[in-house]
Amino acid sequence: MLTKRLRHCRVELALHRLREGGGRALLLLHGLGERAPARPPAQVEAWPGPIWALDFTGHGGSTLPRGGGYTCEALMGDADAALAELGEATLVGRGLGAWIALLAAGARPRAVRGAILADGPGLAGGGPRPTSPMIPFVEADAATPPDPFALAELSRDVRPPEYACAFVRLANERSGLARPFTVCAVERPEWLRAILDEPGVEGAALPAALAAYAAAS
Amino acid sequence: MRRVHEPPSAPSAGVRAPDRRRSVSFHGLRLAVYEWGPADGPPLLLAHGGFDFARTFDVFAPLLADAGWRVVSWDQRGHGDSDHAALYSWDADARDALAVLDATTREPVPFVGHSKGGAILIHLAQACPHRVTRLVSIDGLPSRRPAPDIADHERTRLLADELSGWLAHRRRAAGHVRKPGTPEELAARRGRMNPRLSREWLRYLVSVGAREDRDGWRWKIDPALRPGGFGPWRPEWTLARLPGLSVPLLGLLASVSEPMGWDTTEEILQPFLPPETRIVTFPETGHFIHIERPREVAALVLEFLAC
Repeated sequence: MLTKRLRHCRVELALHRLREGGGRALLLLHGLGERAPARPPAQVEAWPGPIWALDFTGHGGSTLPRGGGYTCEALMGDADAALAELGEATLVGRGLGAWIALLAAGARPRAVRGAILADGPGLAGGGPRPTSPMIPFVEADAATPPDPFALAELSRDVRPPEYACAFVRLANERSGLARPFTVCAVERPEWLRAILDEPGVEGAALPAALAAYAAAS
Repeated sequence: MRRVHEPPSAPSAGVRAPDRRRSVSFHGLRLAVYEWGPADGPPLLLAHGGFDFARTFDVFAPLLADAGWRVVSWDQRGHGDSDHAALYSWDADARDALAVLDATTREPVPFVGHSKGGAILIHLAQACPHRVTRLVSIDGLPSRRPAPDIADHERTRLLADELSGWLAHRRRAAGHVRKPGTPEELAARRGRMNPRLSREWLRYLVSVGAREDRDGWRWKIDPALRPGGFGPWRPEWTLARLPGLSVPLLGLLASVSEPMGWDTTEEILQPFLPPETRIVTFPETGHFIHIERPREVAALVLEFLAC
């Protein structure tokens, strides 16, 4: 497996090539506390092109920063660093990675050729509205990933439905795709239910979603 | 070849460097901490605003210290002499504030904060009400969302612009270093954010907030930090929580709109003020109230803390 080291500000990201191939890349974004899989998961093997997977900041082979400070916007920057490397890609995000795929697809509507949002850890985040203020206690410095700060902070981040829908609108207006988002997730937190009411977002099984995006130019 | 520059100007009248310095290491991130006043005096936590640093209090803090307070401030991560971090967030700033407080005292203390520093201390006061006795916010109380009535398509365009600007900055920032210049050039650059502050003061800020490299002077602040930004947070959420504040609040407000200010007014705040609140709006004063009117602000704060 080839691993590329990408720079995102002070973080070095690990971007893994799980399978070689020609054509547009499939980029896998893992869930909260996970890491890139070592081999292409069975569910995505039907993808015709190369398959890549990114380790987010504080996860897998990427930098463990000191003292936390995680935001989903920073992780969107992680995904953007991978897009800068791969050019165009279709995204498959699990849990937290699904939320990041939504942000990245809205922010880079030309580079993201379809985002598939799947079940996984961290799908709901901290819910649609802020919870009571608290300062999560993180005991020791972790020597190995995942960073406990990531687990604490990225399971509390607020995911308002209207914020999610703004990224759907960006992708609808600027990607040129009829259906920029496909929801495979069975778990439906409020943000996911809200975007399913928007044009450009449909529910489908993963194989059908992959086939549709593989066929789209 | 190394150019020769004039050194920054001598400190202005009333300026006093901190009496003591130390550092607090938080999970490997080193924060620079400064103190003015008697080491055995009652502590007071003082927080600077975004893109500032603790030594912007070199006039204001000594006025509180001279009344007997042990004034404790720190450079927020990425600012001043503190470490540049890989990640920045509101929660991280609040946690860093708590680390500085933990390293100072376990007793509850007054919090005083300017701008974003005031907002972070409100967050800390709400998360840890047992650590605070009174709260002073110097033009750091929340406002409503700017332009709440713009059309959806216009909001979408603004978000697209913010996103592409932010991502372009992130892509550049990997190898980014701040632009060098003469002290005069740095002062002029900062003058764009602080249009009401005197050139003498701005040059003084260069002498404590910038460093001299071989090719010129640079602000110490992390070049990865960028003003503005986007995210899910809505200022009205902060407003909605304000009534629950458990300690007396003194809120100072500017009346002249500035690039770094939030344009908060007493009228916006009125429905959200906790029971024991005093709001003072300074006429003909910009966002940096404690720099424009240090003596008046210190007198109000000392009176409020003596209650």
